[in-house]
Amino acid sequence: MRVRDRLQALRAFVTKEARHILRDRQTLTILLLMPLAQVVLFGFAIRTDVNEIRFAVVDPAPDAASLGLRARFAGTDRFRTVATVPTVAALEPLFRRGDVEVALVVPRGLGDALRDGTPARLQLITDASNPNTGTTMQTYAGAVIQQWQAGLPGTRGAVRIEPQVRMRFNPTLESVNLFVPGLIALVLTLVSAQMTAISLSREKERGTMEILLVSPLHPWQIILGKVAPYLLLAFANVVTALVAAWLVFDVPFRGSLVLLLAASTLYALVGLALGVFIAAVTDSQRAAMTGSMLGTMLPSTLLSGMIFPIASLPLPLQVLSNIVPARWFIVIVRGVMLKGAGVVHLWQELAVLTLMLVVLLAVATRSFKARLA
Amino acid sequence: MSRAIEVQDLTRRFGAFTAVDAITVDVEAGEVFGFLGANGAGKTTAIKMLIGLLAPTSGTARVAGFDILTQSEEVRRSIGYMSQRFSLYDDLTVRENITLYGGIYGLTDAEIRERGDGMLETLQLADTRKALVGTLPLGWKQKLAFSVAMLHRPKVVFLDEPTGGVDPVTRRQFWEMIYAAAARGTTVFVTTHYMDEAEYCDRLSIMVDGRIAAMGSPAALKREFGAPSIDEIFVRLARPAAAGAA
Amino acid sequence: MRALRFLLRKEFLQLFRDPAIVRLLVMIPIVQLIVLANAATFEVKRARMHVVDLDRSTMSRGAVDRLVASGRFVASEASGSTAQGDDALMRRTVELVLAIPAGFERDLVRDRRGEVQLLMNAEDGAAAGVTQAYARQILAAYAAELQVRLVPAVAVGRARPEAPPARGVPRVEVRSRGWYNAELDYRHYMVPGILVQLLTIVGTLLTALNIVREKEAGTLDQLNVTPVSRGVFITAKLLPLWLIAMVVLSIGLTVARFVFGVPMEGSLVLVCAGAALYLVAALGIGLWVSTVTETQQQAMFVNFSILMVYLLMSGLFTPVSAMPHWAQVVANVNPMRHFITLMRAVLLKGAGLPDVAPQLVVLAVSGVVVLAVAMRQYHKRAD
Repeated sequence: MRVRDRLQALRAFVTKEARHILRDRQTLTILLLMPLAQVVLFGFAIRTDVNEIRFAVVDPAPDAASLGLRARFAGTDRFRTVATVPTVAALEPLFRRGDVEVALVVPRGLGDALRDGTPARLQLITDASNPNTGTTMQTYAGAVIQQWQAGLPGTRGAVRIEPQVRMRFNPTLESVNLFVPGLIALVLTLVSAQMTAISLSREKERGTMEILLVSPLHPWQIILGKVAPYLLLAFANVVTALVAAWLVFDVPFRGSLVLLLAASTLYALVGLALGVFIAAVTDSQRAAMTGSMLGTMLPSTLLSGMIFPIASLPLPLQVLSNIVPARWFIVIVRGVMLKGAGVVHLWQELAVLTLMLVVLLAVATRSFKARLA
Repeated sequence: MSRAIEVQDLTRRFGAFTAVDAITVDVEAGEVFGFLGANGAGKTTAIKMLIGLLAPTSGTARVAGFDILTQSEEVRRSIGYMSQRFSLYDDLTVRENITLYGGIYGLTDAEIRERGDGMLETLQLADTRKALVGTLPLGWKQKLAFSVAMLHRPKVVFLDEPTGGVDPVTRRQFWEMIYAAAARGTTVFVTTHYMDEAEYCDRLSIMVDGRIAAMGSPAALKREFGAPSIDEIFVRLARPAAAGAA
Repeated sequence: MRALRFLLRKEFLQLFRDPAIVRLLVMIPIVQLIVLANAATFEVKRARMHVVDLDRSTMSRGAVDRLVASGRFVASEASGSTAQGDDALMRRTVELVLAIPAGFERDLVRDRRGEVQLLMNAEDGAAAGVTQAYARQILAAYAAELQVRLVPAVAVGRARPEAPPARGVPRVEVRSRGWYNAELDYRHYMVPGILVQLLTIVGTLLTALNIVREKEAGTLDQLNVTPVSRGVFITAKLLPLWLIAMVVLSIGLTVARFVFGVPMEGSLVLVCAGAALYLVAALGIGLWVSTVTETQQQAMFVNFSILMVYLLMSGLFTPVSAMPHWAQVVANVNPMRHFITLMRAVLLKGAGLPDVAPQLVVLAVSGVVVLAVAMRQYHKRAD
């Protein structure tokens, strides 16, 4: 009988929470549309690959050889020749305005030098203000020159090592395949951790939390009631993102859906526990927002490998990234979706998340009780 | 200009819902006019139209002789307003709040100083001028808010449930301030839930479901309805509506 | 105009009485600059390599040695089968597998043509592309090295008829120079962009929250029944926040200079002029958000979603030129994008007024447009 009463109370409470969420149309719309918008943005617009490099040539005395080299560059998709100028000095304003990213300086008498076997000195200038794209562009330009050189008469008999490259898991090198798993993590973080923190702290701020606490509900029931609707919402988001990724971008799904959803639940629970913890230790909505922003969103985007590879982080941040739940979850999602990895490959990540959940739950319930008792 | 407020068929609809349904009200200059109604009867909507916070769907109204549609800025200059959630700035001091509103209404520095000091004197709040408003008790805040709304000597002042949540002694003091304002020639348009307060008004109207169900002086209304108190009339008028809604 | 003076005084008093503002002013620049500047990098560091060397010859070892010696690769694992390498990719213990088939050296000596296999973990496609290009370059250089050792000794005769006699093999030397960031410090590139992001967050969020807070408290209605005009009210709201954002910019620039050693090649006046114009647009967005939301929570979310799109389409993290054409068109109407371009051009490349005049014009126009739209949306009287 008492158990039935309890369940009844819990149901009433969950209904109330769901009503709150449904009534705030604006927030709900944002929460439902955001994953879609992000998948589209990341899928279509956000590319980390370097394409259509704006290319200039300095060729003071064109001859057959230099024209051949220029034709090589014109023949690749990667380079788009935007200017041909007579002197290096003329490059300066082009680079400064950002009109040109890579320039090739061809010496006078290139053909003669090649024929005589005297060193032909080519110069590559790149806009290295962004060192990453700068280095990448340089590498690509170097590769074009190498190919051109390999095709020169007289080099035909040269020694060659030919790498056969296979791009595993993502043969077309689509960035969307990389980002979608990260997005799922981001959306789950937003909905589970941040929304929980804000909604709990709002209840605290308005004093309605006290009403709930004097009710016959157990604290765990209150928390469960608060988080259950968000958990559902989070699931809706994961499914939306997955379907959009699959329908629009052909992101492969090679592993087990069950494993992915199970891992998502685990991760969402970690997020919820984190949200409860943040709400317990902050006093106002604003503080909870700031806290969840600094405590969840920032690390989940920056220190999780979602966009920026963890290997590129400085060592202290790499160490720090280990306590960011999203870092482990993203490995799982990428593993399942792109590689078809199973529990055999991912048990470590799953174990870490479980451990985090246990610790966070313990801490969150304790601080929740301490603050409200 | 003998009429301070003239309202003709003022209507406001939100979608299919009619919050204020063609009300017509006249308020004489210098009157204390009570604007009564149950929660959700449309009082706040009506006031918001009169003070220029909400556009009417149809109908016209003049406040202090100015058309609320075409001369809203002139209206704003001639009125004072204090709402139920007002709302001086909690994070400003008493003095700073007074200076702010004085400055907004174009008082000179000397006027602000003079009137502000006089006001604090009357309210016996002179010691708190450097206190943050947020730290004052509610009753003080309300009295202060009313005085600030009167600082620029408006022709008409709108009070939306000014005494909500205030103790009886403070309420009494508050009404003394209202009478003092009326005696100086300010027209007072006040909504309230307290029926004893309704008895203090020169005239009043009772709004039910967006319409004005009764209007007149308290004595005339009691005669008309053959009821011993305004309270009784209010319950009688409001009940069918409540029953209908349920 | 007199009213403006009083409203401005009020805004400043409130801003400096709010402890959150002070925290914001200190926290955001520190967190953003220190963490973002260090974290937001695509730089591909050393790739871990699983080596499957089935040839076990001098030349196969030479190939591995050259890759490792470049500093770009670490031979962290080795085994006798590609399958094991593939498993390592799956477990993410390595980024690539280098497989050298048996007979590699024999083929090189006999046919002057050796084959190796590179299996890349291409989850991160861009990184895999770059790593692959490095590997190709290093192997090509190794081939050239072998050329000198092999060709004179072996099969030179066969090559002769094709090459003109008595003349050498063509020699090409490529010298590469990176302009504007000789030390290749990625943070020099990111910090100016992050400063822009900082200004955007401070500008839009503070504005939106500031106005919505008055809505929640009911004081906005109180101001709206006063004769204060829309223009005066909005000026009084925006001017203090505009100043605060300019202060944040100065703090940020100081940190950029002295902590990160960002070169300041161009004129700081130009940077400030750009910021002054850009902030009008940023604050306008905040104002707009405040008109469509009722609570601070909603304002946060609407603002967050707008900024998200805004940021991603700005070229801060990923180059705009890599976007598809339609997205580049969209990015072009994003004022943030133009301000970032301006900041980077002026600070890193020393661009002057003529170089960034187009950006300044776009910023000015977008400021006017955004503010006009937001002001139209703001009504004293609700419809």
